[in-house]
Amino acid sequence: MTEAAQPPLRDARLRVSSALWRRPWAKALGLLALPVLAFVVVYIGALAVLFISALWQVDAFTGKVVHIWTLDNFRTLFEEHVYRRIALRTIGLAAAVTVTDAILAFPLAYFMARLASPRLRAVLFVMVLLPLWSSYLVRIYAWRTILAKDGALNWTLNGLGLPDANLAYTNKAMWIVFSYVWLPFMVLPVYAALERIPESFLEASQDLGAKAWRTFRSVILPLALPGVIAGSIFTFSLTLGDFITPALVGSGRSSFIGNVVEEQIGINGNVPFAAAFATVPVVIMAIYLVVAKRLGAFEAL
Amino acid sequence: METRGIRIGVGIWSGLVIAFLWIPLLIILLYAFNGPVIQTWPVGGWTLHWFGQAWHDPEARSSLWLSIQVAFVATAIALVLGSAAAFAIHRFRFFGRESVSLLLLLPIALPGIITGMALNSFYVFAGISLSIWTIVIGHAAFCVVVVYNNVLARLRRSPTSLVEASMDLGADGWQTFRYIVWPVLSTALVAGGLLAFALSFDEVIVTTFTAGAQTTLPIYILDHIQRGQNLPVVNAIVFVVILLTIIPVTIAQRLTRDQGVLRRGGAVAAEPVGEI
Repeated sequence: MTEAAQPPLRDARLRVSSALWRRPWAKALGLLALPVLAFVVVYIGALAVLFISALWQVDAFTGKVVHIWTLDNFRTLFEEHVYRRIALRTIGLAAAVTVTDAILAFPLAYFMARLASPRLRAVLFVMVLLPLWSSYLVRIYAWRTILAKDGALNWTLNGLGLPDANLAYTNKAMWIVFSYVWLPFMVLPVYAALERIPESFLEASQDLGAKAWRTFRSVILPLALPGVIAGSIFTFSLTLGDFITPALVGSGRSSFIGNVVEEQIGINGNVPFAAAFATVPVVIMAIYLVVAKRLGAFEAL
Repeated sequence: METRGIRIGVGIWSGLVIAFLWIPLLIILLYAFNGPVIQTWPVGGWTLHWFGQAWHDPEARSSLWLSIQVAFVATAIALVLGSAAAFAIHRFRFFGRESVSLLLLLPIALPGIITGMALNSFYVFAGISLSIWTIVIGHAAFCVVVVYNNVLARLRRSPTSLVEASMDLGADGWQTFRYIVWPVLSTALVAGGLLAFALSFDEVIVTTFTAGAQTTLPIYILDHIQRGQNLPVVNAIVFVVILLTIIPVTIAQRLTRDQGVLRRGGAVAAEPVGEI
């Protein structure tokens, strides 16, 4: 077949394809330029603006952000007890939620990975997955109705002859709801880690004379730990950055970092202070991620 | 190796945890059919009345419409950017390759409030007034990684020899794409698109910072819950929202049959970033 015998369109296409084949960098550049440019300009640019603006201040008279460098925002954060208390509450609850989810998730993940039949495992997998993807706002709202005075929880308790739980709008309610919303994020990585443990490891452990508990402690648990840490990254980070749950099921005295940030931006228009407070969860997460990486959690993600 | 007692214990615990995951969802689904205006349990006076009310509520309608528009555009952007990036990362080795993956992953690795605030201060800084487009940009940012993960996972599992064979047989780039790459990828793209749609459709945190006067459906729901207004109508809408997110995810799960890509948060780093 000669070149001339081919229709011109195909000819042109062939020339383009071979040109690209010979210059892979051109193809790579063509593919990457748009997404990378969009992300660097918009997203990284936005993050940069955010953290730089933490060093700016708001003019007391006009309420406008003025570009004068200052560390006052961070000083306020450290000196005002309110903010320290809010930060500690946020971190403390994030830790409590993480531990709760690990305790709830581990046996379920174990059951899915090692005890359930393949069929049951597939069903359970979908049953964990669907709540993960269904609207998080809706799931918080569901708990708001359940915990309400005339809700399902008190109705059940009264039916059993017990008094009202009075959980609505408390820190305990936030703890329950956070544990509920992020639970699937813990189940899945733990499941993945447990599933990857080869059967032969357990047999070897038994052959060496280990009882069930010893095998669990010395073989299964260490191998599952990266999965638990991977899950904890999500439960911890998502709780740290949330403000919807405290707003919907917490009380007026259970503000999170996120609530302060949202208020400062939405009501007071004080972006610099909000940005300064927002660095707190980011720094905590950065430290957390470094530690998690050391512990091998990234391979388990 | 587990004793019978342990098996039973773990089984019961698992059943309870699954119940814990599902009972709240089922309860809120039932509330959609609750007759009285006051929210009490148990649900009574079964009715479909509130679905009609919700359908004729102009505010709910316009916010539903806005949510659908935003989700469509954000998904479209995510499909283009996500698959382009996935192709490049799969095909080529270059300096800074790992940083690209990390870059795309940031919007869901960082708490939503950071993404929202960052975009908000960026818009203010750049003098862009908030509109439907600022919402779309925010949503697209975290949707890209979902498509990227799906496409990349699929590319990694399909042999490159197919593409090479096609080229050897004289196909040009377009033909190879049309007859080899597309059939391999199409379901991954559909799945990624559905997941991105579901993600955008019920996003609320980033949206609170990037929406001006516009109300998306989740913002509408949040507003009404906080003010305790029109809750029966909200319940009916919530019922639809649950279905609208569960259905695409179920389809996506069928299409991929791949447990990795659906892990949402977990999916981000599910693929080893280094070598194949």
